[in-house]
Amino acid sequence: MRFEGSTNYVATADLQLAVNAAITLQRPLLIKGEPGTGKTMLAEEVAAALGMPLLQWHIKSTTKAQHGLYEYDAVSRLRDSQLGEEKVANIANYIIKGVLWQAFESDQQTVVLIDEIDKADIEFPNDLLRELDRMEFFCYETRELIQAKHRPIIIITSNNEKELPDAFLRRCFFHYIAFPDRETMAQIVDVHFPNLQEQLIREALEVFFELRQINGLKKKPSTSELLDWLKLLSAEGVDPDSLSAKSKRTEIPPMTGALMKNEQDVGLLQRIVSMNRQRT
Amino acid sequence: MLIDFFMHLKSRRLPVTTTEYLALLEALQAGLADYSLDGFYSLSRLCMIKSEAHYDKFDVAFGEYFDNIHGKNGVSAEDALKELLNTAGSHIQSGENLFDLDVVEQDALRSETRKEQNNDEQEEEKSAPMKGGAGNNPLGEGGVQKEGIRIDNQLLGNRSAIKGWDSREFKTLDDESELNTRSIKIALRRLRKFAREGIHEELDLDNTIDSTARNAGWLDIKMRPERRNKVKVLIMFDIRGSMDVHIKLCKELFSAAKAEFNQLEWFYFHNIVCDSVWRQNDTHVASHYPLPYLMNRYGKDYKLIIVGDASMGPTELTEPGVSYSHNHSQESGAVWLTRLLDHYRQAVWLNPEPERYWHLTQSIGMLRDIMQNRMYPLTLSGLEQAMKVLGR
Repeated sequence: MRFEGSTNYVATADLQLAVNAAITLQRPLLIKGEPGTGKTMLAEEVAAALGMPLLQWHIKSTTKAQHGLYEYDAVSRLRDSQLGEEKVANIANYIIKGVLWQAFESDQQTVVLIDEIDKADIEFPNDLLRELDRMEFFCYETRELIQAKHRPIIIITSNNEKELPDAFLRRCFFHYIAFPDRETMAQIVDVHFPNLQEQLIREALEVFFELRQINGLKKKPSTSELLDWLKLLSAEGVDPDSLSAKSKRTEIPPMTGALMKNEQDVGLLQRIVSMNRQRT
Repeated sequence: MLIDFFMHLKSRRLPVTTTEYLALLEALQAGLADYSLDGFYSLSRLCMIKSEAHYDKFDVAFGEYFDNIHGKNGVSAEDALKELLNTAGSHIQSGENLFDLDVVEQDALRSETRKEQNNDEQEEEKSAPMKGGAGNNPLGEGGVQKEGIRIDNQLLGNRSAIKGWDSREFKTLDDESELNTRSIKIALRRLRKFAREGIHEELDLDNTIDSTARNAGWLDIKMRPERRNKVKVLIMFDIRGSMDVHIKLCKELFSAAKAEFNQLEWFYFHNIVCDSVWRQNDTHVASHYPLPYLMNRYGKDYKLIIVGDASMGPTELTEPGVSYSHNHSQESGAVWLTRLLDHYRQAVWLNPEPERYWHLTQSIGMLRDIMQNRMYPLTLSGLEQAMKVLGR
């Protein structure tokens, strides 16, 4: 089983190596990167490329490690016992299986995505250590040990908002998705917009990388924002020549609302543009 | 094998452990690296480095280590490494065996090889039957043997350009721990005093059982509010003057504190907390809050945080009426501070000046004494320590 990117997703060589290493050595893969570089999409593409089902667990700040394993619905059981339902006798009827339980029980190998693990409480990754290591856990209510029939491929993404504990990091492989360079970016754009004018793409990429280099931006525009912007540009039928004039930094490019999401950044851009205009 | 590489990384203070090293060997055995220097670089980075903050250090260490490989007789570094990896795969040791390796043998081997090379220089014309043996010969450069591979440092052959890690593209991700609002919030989160308050959302199992039993078995569900952080904090900021340099930092701290603590009261002062403090940046005396009023209003259960650079002329601290904004106060700043500290038992002072310069200013030392050493630098680790102290 090898992962080589797909028609929709351009993966650099070291990312492919990371995914293949995680698959071969059966360890979880931790992915970090700037927002908008395709971390969540990676799991979907890996699952599609390998033909395995994808189970997703999107972490919130209130998520506990137990939610991924199972939840015991005590209130329903109490209520049903009042009504005299028969299924009350077996506690297994009230266990709601979490993502990891489903993955362990599955008859074929699955890909599990644990999305944005750093959003949860600081102790959350530590609570999952044994499950990640041995791929098994014990359910107290039904007294059974759930073991993975086939070790799932676990992909964990993090936005780097918190430091992850060392014990957790030891058990994973780690890859940082660096922001794509020009050639990779051109490839990514090509994959998403195969019919777009070459000149438009070239000029837009120039403007984009120049914007990224401005010092003092609160949030630099990322890949997904570039793709949105390109869609807007092609929909509005913007002339590529006008864009090249803007890349000389004397005018604000059209529809920067897709690229800059912060009014301070927009203000900064306007100031720079007016400064440049005064200079020329 | 590759132990030298592992030890080199450790000596450059990269947090690598034996488990990760064994994982790398496992990966090599599984044939994941495509026997190129770049592939090996990616693979070793994948296995050993767990944070992008260390990527730059790893790049430098990797470049240092592999820059020293020089091919013998014109063999390039790439080919030397290829041979190394090819032969290395056949000698993978399991974890137990690695511990059996004897350091003494390594030294003996080293001296043996030195002798060999000395002989070599004398007998240049003779062919060297010992070298060779399909790469399985334990002697010589690039040789493979159980105890480890020694890559010699002689300057022979060409140096081929090594790309990739030399480009230092991860330099900006290095751990200069830029203090931003989010990381401050995490540090402030250490200060916790949980209490239950708010909408009743959580199932209170114990009370439910209790009330259901009282009801002779008829279900009576009781809910309770979730735990929230109920700590009360009083922050005083030093503004104007020498603190202007640190304004950005203070702003971040302030917005993080406001978000994190529900009950936060903040005030401003100048240089030394004395007589009165103010809320808005309004120096009109009438809108000031005299300190005795403050102490009455905000009781002893408040935690006090003073943020300031503690830099002023010593007389401002010890003499009454000298301070810039309090010309008419009857008592000195030191007295007022002591009074405050008597009231608020749990107090810390956060100083944005770097700790290594604290000994240069006399007033900082004096204030530190008054605070009984509870002065901490305004960095992430200083914040954490301060919060720990406050939480006791």
